[in-house]
Amino acid sequence: MRYLPKSSAERAHMLREIGIGSIDELFAPIPAQFRLIRDLCVPRQMAESEIVDWFRARAAENGDGYDILLGAGAYNHYRPLVIDALISRGEWFTAYTPYQPEIAQGTLQAIFEFQTMICELTGMEVANASMYDGSTGAAEAVMMAMRITGRNSAILARSVHPEYREVIATYAKYQGLPLTEVAFTDNGRVDLAALDAAITPNTACVLIQSPNFFGTIEDVAAIADIAHAKGALLVVSVAEALSLGIVRPPSEADIVTLEAQSFGVPLSYGGPYAGVIATREKFVRQIPGRLVGQTTDRNGKRGFVLTLATREQHIRREKATSNICTNQALVALMTNIYMDVYGREGIKELAQQNLAKAAYARKQFGTKARVLFDGAPRFNEFVLQTSEDAYEISHRLAAKNKIIGGFPLRKFYPELGNAAVWCATELTSRAAIDAAAGEVK
Amino acid sequence: MSNENIRKVTTHISQNEGLIFEHSSPGKKAYRLAELDVPEIDASAELGAALRTESAALPEVSEPEIIRHFTRLSTWNYAVDHGMYPLGSCTMKYNPRVNEVVSRLDGLAGAHPYQPEQISQGVLRIMKALADQLIEITGMDAITLQPAAGAHGELTGILLMRAFLESQGNARKKILIPDSAHGTNPATAAMAGYEVENLRSNEDGMVDLAALEAQMNEDVAGLMLTNPNTLGIFDEQIAQIAEILHRKGGLLYMDGANMNALVAKARPGDFGVDMMHLNLHKTFSTPHGGGGPGSGPVACTKHLEPFLPKPVVVETDEGTLRLDYDRPQSIGRVRAFYGNFGMLIRALAYIMANGPDGLRQTTEDAVLNANYLRKKLEGTFDLPYSTPTMHEVVFSDKLQSKSGLKTGDIAKRLIDYGFHPYTVSFPMVVHGALMIEPTESEPLEELDLFVDAMKSIAQEAIDSPDLIKNAPHSTRLSRLDETAAARKPVLRWKLESK
Ligand SMILES: Cc1ncc(COP(=O)(O)O)c(C=O)c1O
Repeated sequence: MRYLPKSSAERAHMLREIGIGSIDELFAPIPAQFRLIRDLCVPRQMAESEIVDWFRARAAENGDGYDILLGAGAYNHYRPLVIDALISRGEWFTAYTPYQPEIAQGTLQAIFEFQTMICELTGMEVANASMYDGSTGAAEAVMMAMRITGRNSAILARSVHPEYREVIATYAKYQGLPLTEVAFTDNGRVDLAALDAAITPNTACVLIQSPNFFGTIEDVAAIADIAHAKGALLVVSVAEALSLGIVRPPSEADIVTLEAQSFGVPLSYGGPYAGVIATREKFVRQIPGRLVGQTTDRNGKRGFVLTLATREQHIRREKATSNICTNQALVALMTNIYMDVYGREGIKELAQQNLAKAAYARKQFGTKARVLFDGAPRFNEFVLQTSEDAYEISHRLAAKNKIIGGFPLRKFYPELGNAAVWCATELTSRAAIDAAAGEVK
Repeated sequence: MSNENIRKVTTHISQNEGLIFEHSSPGKKAYRLAELDVPEIDASAELGAALRTESAALPEVSEPEIIRHFTRLSTWNYAVDHGMYPLGSCTMKYNPRVNEVVSRLDGLAGAHPYQPEQISQGVLRIMKALADQLIEITGMDAITLQPAAGAHGELTGILLMRAFLESQGNARKKILIPDSAHGTNPATAAMAGYEVENLRSNEDGMVDLAALEAQMNEDVAGLMLTNPNTLGIFDEQIAQIAEILHRKGGLLYMDGANMNALVAKARPGDFGVDMMHLNLHKTFSTPHGGGGPGSGPVACTKHLEPFLPKPVVVETDEGTLRLDYDRPQSIGRVRAFYGNFGMLIRALAYIMANGPDGLRQTTEDAVLNANYLRKKLEGTFDLPYSTPTMHEVVFSDKLQSKSGLKTGDIAKRLIDYGFHPYTVSFPMVVHGALMIEPTESEPLEELDLFVDAMKSIAQEAIDSPDLIKNAPHSTRLSRLDETAAARKPVLRWKLESK
């Protein structure tokens, strides 16, 4: 087997050194009736070339080269080539959690830079090293709000990504944490009056998404005022990180939970992505996950270490802020490199291009069907109501035009009828927008 | 510093490098946007009050600076590609390059999670193939690939336990967890709304059956057991353990972090396990990435299948695959979309590269390597449990503590010898633990160098303990002040701190 660096002579030598006659003796602790004495029924050993061919065939079955006008929590942005060039270095991807800082300064410094950039983007004061993704990050943020406030219920905006809400529901169920949902109005934003009425003295937090699942940017400041007036925290989930290049950051929030996939992470059928939690300094001891801090070595040189570990499972066990151990470090590194590539100006210009593409798409689609939620600003997504069923449109576009169309909303928002949320990014060509617009009705 | 015994490494030049922000200067760029093919728009008219007025202070740097920055930083890391990384419980094995290539194929890496199923047959086929093979490897009946890491798998598994028991009428209150367990186990139980009750180990390092009998009652939902456990010991009483739990209506959760000792040699489904997670980033060679991403599929028996997270991949009568969301008893979702799909590709590629014979040889070599180290280092280091061990071995610092040295000190000195340290101070049942897991990926030469290094350090502990206390001596930075970092946390860069 090509991954195993040993000859039979070496194996025999090692057995002799151990003082046993056969490898079977080392498996003796497994009771005989449980020892597998047959081959596993898995495919036979394959050559590298056969493996590549097999996956190429799967990739071909999937179809590639489609234009994507779909977002809904996973965004098709350009990935600068330096990202893969750098993360393909074994020093990055074959290391693990930087438990030994003297030989992990690369990883540690990179995380420290990442934490800094996330703070800059979100308007928060501290950010962690990463969470699994935006949905679990949002669920952990809600639990963090419970710990901070000592209250135990939460309010979710109905305009939060439906799958994020499902994940939060799974996490909340066994924490004895009742969740209530607050509706949106006809501009696609959270219904402020309903929100105000829903908050009780037991509400730990209000969780909104902005831009929300419809692409609409929420009035974060107004929502923060309403939540704070009743002693609840505001958690803002950002699923489209690139929006922060041009949209006011949710600085009034107490916790921001970000899905950073937009920053150079492949769509990869939904993962691996990278979640992040950012918050105020005063809440840092309740943040889940790893944190990197600056310190010095014995000679006074600057260096970085994992810190405030007394929040974490390996020290606090059942009293930890979360059970998270392995996170999404390499994906966070991709996003880190991406933020360096675009930088202060590029992130803004790129976001501006997205805005322009989506505005153009809205206009083109608007001549064929009804664009909903016109009363509030949007970033790169919008909802289109059609007379035809949204799934039909999506199937036809895929088959006929090699276009991946909008996300049909019927399953989660039946009240919107035949509607779908569409997305245009810098990678969406005018031709694809025109072709898709030509098909909707 | 005495270096004559260090054969594995030679120090060499390592580039200094500041923070990326310290290279920033207005106007530098590493990008050029493509020409915009639609009309420009006025962002402030479009966004109104939602317009960002103050830019995020991201660095402004050029492409070559980015390449140098991250290349220089990378050279400060130790990685599996450099040499043995015997971090116990983490299974730091070789990460095959073909995995990286196939996971980046355009049709896979570019697949949108909501693209229509008609153009997702390839990705669904990959998920189905991996699911089938992991079911065969574990001997369980069903599986979910949704969890993003081991701990996330634990949560999923305990929620399955809870949902199942609830369907029987009583979710119960407590989870039993052995004192040797990983911290994620109790943390998980708490997240699933259970109290944690500690279960003590016997003098062989296994579950104390009498204690289990005494503690098992109708309040106990189940037991979270790592097998082989964190001492590397396969608990031979596993079937009795399962029996005791099942007799009183409880379930057995197996933490599969140590499956590298079992693949193709024994199947948890055959010895009474009800549900378990796998760490694809340990056993199935997906890279650790400096801390992640991982992937933590959860396999379970038939009676737990209805509760698995949704959606699940199912095959239609026509042989096409689709995602089934209609699972009324499901615990719900534990993550958006379907899991860390890119890691699933890599794990499948690993299984294909091995086949049944390769998987068996892999496990045998992993156990052989660990036992070779155990044999060579026994006597030089204290072995607190004489019970046979499988894929890892845990020593203690008892002998060296006579010179005032702790496991953490020995670990730091090992760095000078060119190795990544073992896992320090875990499991907690061993005072001053040195937890060593070489994996199958180490050639004999590397193992022998490791043995020499450990023996040499043991000698230094007698001759010159200060050498060890002040180690490492050959790294860019000497020991870092972790206390200061926690006392006054500096968690981000600011212009003033330049
Ligand atoms: C025994 C054991 N259980 C659980 C875990 C948690 O797995 P993960 O880090 O993938 O969440 C680990 C990880 O180190 C482990 O060693």
